[in-house]
Amino acid sequence: MFETFELYTLQQYWWIIISLLASLLVFLMFVQGGQTLIYQLGKTETERSLIINTLGRKWELTFTTLVTFGGAFFASFPLFYSTSFGGAYWVWMAILFAFVIQAISYEYRTKPANFLGRKTYEVFLFLNGLLGTILIGTAVGTFFNGANFSVDKMNLTNIYDSAISRWETPFHGLEAVLNIHNVALGLSVFFLARVLGILYIVNSVNEENILVRARRQMWNNAVPFLVFFLYFVIYLLLKQGFAVNPETGEIFMEKYKYLHNLLQMPVVLILFLAGVAGVLYGISSFLFCRSRKAIWFGGAGTVLAVFSLLLIAGLNNTAYYPSLHNLQHSLTIRNSSSSHYTLTAMSYVSLFVPVVIAYIYVAWKSINNKPIEKSDLDDDSSHIY
Amino acid sequence: MTEAFDYSLIDWSRAQFALTAMYHWIFVPLTLGLGFIMAIMETIYVRTGNPEWKRITKFWMTIFGINFAIGVATGIILEFEFGTNWSNYSWFVGDIFGAPLAIEGIMAFFLESTFIAVMFFGWNKVSKKFHLVSTWLVAFGASLSALWILVANAWMQLPVGMKFNPETARNEMHNFWDVLLSPMAVSKFTHTISSSYLLAAIIVIGISSWYLLRKRHIVFAKRSIVVAAVFGLITSIFTILTGDYSARVVAQNQPMKFAAFEGLYVGQTRAPLVAIGVMSTSPEDPDNENIKDFVFKIEIPNFLSYMAFQDINAFVPGIRDLMEGNEKYNIPSAAEKIARGKLAIDALAEFKLAKEAQDQAKMDEARQILDENFQYFGYGYFVDDPSRLVPSVPITFYSFHIMVALGMWFMMFFAIVLLLVYKGKISQSKFWLTIGIVNIPLAYIASQSGWITAEMGRQPWVIQDLMPTMAAVSRLDTNAVITTFILFGVVFTTLLIAELKIMFKQIKIGPKQEGGH
Repeated sequence: MFETFELYTLQQYWWIIISLLASLLVFLMFVQGGQTLIYQLGKTETERSLIINTLGRKWELTFTTLVTFGGAFFASFPLFYSTSFGGAYWVWMAILFAFVIQAISYEYRTKPANFLGRKTYEVFLFLNGLLGTILIGTAVGTFFNGANFSVDKMNLTNIYDSAISRWETPFHGLEAVLNIHNVALGLSVFFLARVLGILYIVNSVNEENILVRARRQMWNNAVPFLVFFLYFVIYLLLKQGFAVNPETGEIFMEKYKYLHNLLQMPVVLILFLAGVAGVLYGISSFLFCRSRKAIWFGGAGTVLAVFSLLLIAGLNNTAYYPSLHNLQHSLTIRNSSSSHYTLTAMSYVSLFVPVVIAYIYVAWKSINNKPIEKSDLDDDSSHIY
Repeated sequence: MTEAFDYSLIDWSRAQFALTAMYHWIFVPLTLGLGFIMAIMETIYVRTGNPEWKRITKFWMTIFGINFAIGVATGIILEFEFGTNWSNYSWFVGDIFGAPLAIEGIMAFFLESTFIAVMFFGWNKVSKKFHLVSTWLVAFGASLSALWILVANAWMQLPVGMKFNPETARNEMHNFWDVLLSPMAVSKFTHTISSSYLLAAIIVIGISSWYLLRKRHIVFAKRSIVVAAVFGLITSIFTILTGDYSARVVAQNQPMKFAAFEGLYVGQTRAPLVAIGVMSTSPEDPDNENIKDFVFKIEIPNFLSYMAFQDINAFVPGIRDLMEGNEKYNIPSAAEKIARGKLAIDALAEFKLAKEAQDQAKMDEARQILDENFQYFGYGYFVDDPSRLVPSVPITFYSFHIMVALGMWFMMFFAIVLLLVYKGKISQSKFWLTIGIVNIPLAYIASQSGWITAEMGRQPWVIQDLMPTMAAVSRLDTNAVITTFILFGVVFTTLLIAELKIMFKQIKIGPKQEGGH
C-alpha cells in the first residue's frame, strides 16, 4: 500500500505522525504540570502523597511518548536529529537531565534508605515539571523563529573536518531562551501543563481540600496560559514565515505565512479552532460547573491545538527548522527526510499505533476506574509511591 | 595534518557514550531476566493458588521496580546522544539506524510501560489472569525493546541491507529484513539476551543465598533458588552456544576485532586459542601502543581455527596480516584499503562538483569509482595515521577472556546448585551459598566485559569499515563534552548510590508477610 505513495506523500504522512506524537506528548505533560503543583495543592504529607501517587501512575506514559517521539523523529527526519541535537547541545542536554531526575523520583521517594531524602526527590519532580515543559516549548519555538545552524552534507568529503552541520553561535542552543517569542511558547506549554495537571488531579483524586485549592490554582494558571498563548498565536499569525518554493526548493520569507497556512488548509484551521475551544471549555467547565471530567475536553483540545500548530510549521511548503545563518540551509520535510523505502517500512509500523492506543486505553481504565483516596495509601497490597 | 583532528573531542565523546551506556547496562540485564523469573513465579502462584508464591513474586517485583526506574533514567540519554554527540553518524546512517529506535518505542516501550502499571497497581483492580498476562507482557516488552536496539547495534558492526546514495551523501535502507535478520543481529540479540537472563538468575540465587546463610525466609529463599537455578542453567547453556556463534560471526565479519580477542599478531592455520594469558605492559610494536605481546600464556592447540571457522586447518588472520596484507590469503593491506577509501571519498566530492556543473558523464564516472571503492570508504579518513585502525588489544583480550571464563563458571555453578537442591542439601552448604553471594559482582563484571569486548574491539569504527569515530562526532567544544561527562558521572553515580542503598535495605527487610510491595 505505502510503496505506491509518492515520496512527498510519505514525507507529509510522517510529518503528521510526528505532529500527532508531539501533541500527545504535550497533553501527557499534565504529569509535569502536576509535579509543579505538589506543594500548592497538597498541604499535608498525605495530600502530597495522593497527588504524587495519581501522577505516578502515568509518568511512564509521558516518558515513553517522549522517547518514541525522539525515535520517530530520528527515523523519519534524520537531518533534524543530526542538526538540532548535535547543535543546540545545551538545550537538549538540559531537557534530558530534567527527565533523568524524574525517572527515579517516583520509585525512590518513599523507599527507606533512599540516600537523598524524600524532599530531594520532590524537588527533582518540580524541576522536571518546570524545565521539561519550558525548555521543550522553547525548543519547539525555534520551528517558527529559526536557529543558528548551517548544513553542508558534502563536508563529509573533507577528511580533516567532516562535520556536516555546524552551530554558528558559541552558545549551542542557549540563545533560543533569549528570544521572547520562543520563551512565550515555552511558558504557554508550562502553564498549559499545569492547567492539565489540575484537571487530571481533580479527575483522579478524591480529597475535598485538594479540590478546593485546585479551583484557586486554576485561575492562577489559566490566566497566564491564555496571556502567553494568545501572545504567541497572534505574533505567529502576523509574522513573516519561512516558505519553500516546491519547484526549486528555494527558501524565502513570506508575509503572514502561518496565517496563510491555516487559511489554505481549512481542515487544519478547524482542528486548531476546535482545539482552542476544547481547552477553553475544559477550563471553564471546571471553574464554573465544577466538572471533574474536564480533563477529557482540555486534553483533546490540547492534542488538536498542538497538532494543528505543528502541521502549519511543516506542511504547505514551509521550512520547519529555519536556519538564521543561511536561509537556504533551512530544513524542510523534503530535504531532511528518510528515503522512500524507510518511510514506507516505518509507515507499516505506524499501523500498530491504533493497537497501542487500544491497550493503553484498556490499561488506563483498569487502573483509573475509581479516583484515588486516602485509604488507598494504606492499602498494603498495592504499589505506593 | 592529523593535528587538524581534535582527538580530545573524539575521546571525550566516546568516554561520555561509554559512561552512559555502561551505567545503563548495570540495570538493564537484571530487569530483562527478572521479568521472566517473576512471570514464572506468578504463573506458579496462579496455578497453585499458594499465597507464598505471590509473596515471592512481589518481593522480586520490588527489586525489579527499583532497577527499572534507574534503567529508564539512564536509557533516555543514549537515544538522544546519537544526535547530540554523533551528529554526522545520525545523518550518514539515520535512514537505517533510526527505524529500529522508532520501532522500539512504538512496539516495545509502550507495551512495557503500559503493563508495568497494571503489574504494580493492578493486584486488586484486575483479575488474576489479566495480572499474570500483564507480567508476562512486561517481560516480553523488555526483551522486545532489547531486540530492536541490538539490531541497531548489530547493524553498526555489520552494515547490510543498504546502499550509499551520493545524491544525499548517506546510506539508505534497501532491505529491512536483511537488517533485522543479519547473522550479527541474530547472534547479538540471542547472546545478549540470554546472558542477561543468566545475570538475573545469579542475582536471585545470590540474594536468596544470603537469606539462607542468615537463616531467614528459608522457604522463600529455597523456592527462589529452584526457579532461578533451572532458569539459569538453561540460559547459561544458551549463552555459551550463542557466544560460540557470535565469535564465528565476528571472525567472518570483523577479523581485526577477532584478532584482538586473542591477541593474535601473526595469522596462522591451526591457530591455538589462548586459554590464559598475561600481556606485557610495553608495546610490542613501537609504532603502535595498542599492540602488546604476551609475557605468559597457556594455549589450546588448533582451537582458535576451529572456533572461528569450524576447521582446524583454517587460516585465522592476525593483526599484522590485516595491516600489512597477506597475498596468499587474499587479504588487502591497510594502505590499500586507505587508498581505496580515499578514492571513494574524493569520488563523492567529484560527484557533487559534476552535479553542480550538470556534467552527466563526470557524474557517472565519479559514481562508478565510488561504487567500486565504497566498501572501504571509512579507511579514507586514516591517510595520516593507519595505526589507529588497530583497537586496544589488551583491553579487548582481557575483557573477552574474563567474559568467557565467567560464563563457563556460571554454567557449572547452576548445575552444582541444582544438584544440591536435588539432594536437599542447599540450606546447609555454607560454602556454595557464600559463592552464590560472591557471584553477584562477578556477574556484573562478566556482563560489562561483554560490552567492552564488543565495543572496544570494533574501534575505530562507528560503522564497520564505513565510518570511523572521527568522522561521526558532533562539532562541539571539547569543554562542553567534558562538562556533560562530569555531570553525567556525578548524577549517575549519585543515583547508583541511592539505588544500591534502597536495594540493600529492601533485601534486608525481605519479603513482606502478606501483600505489600
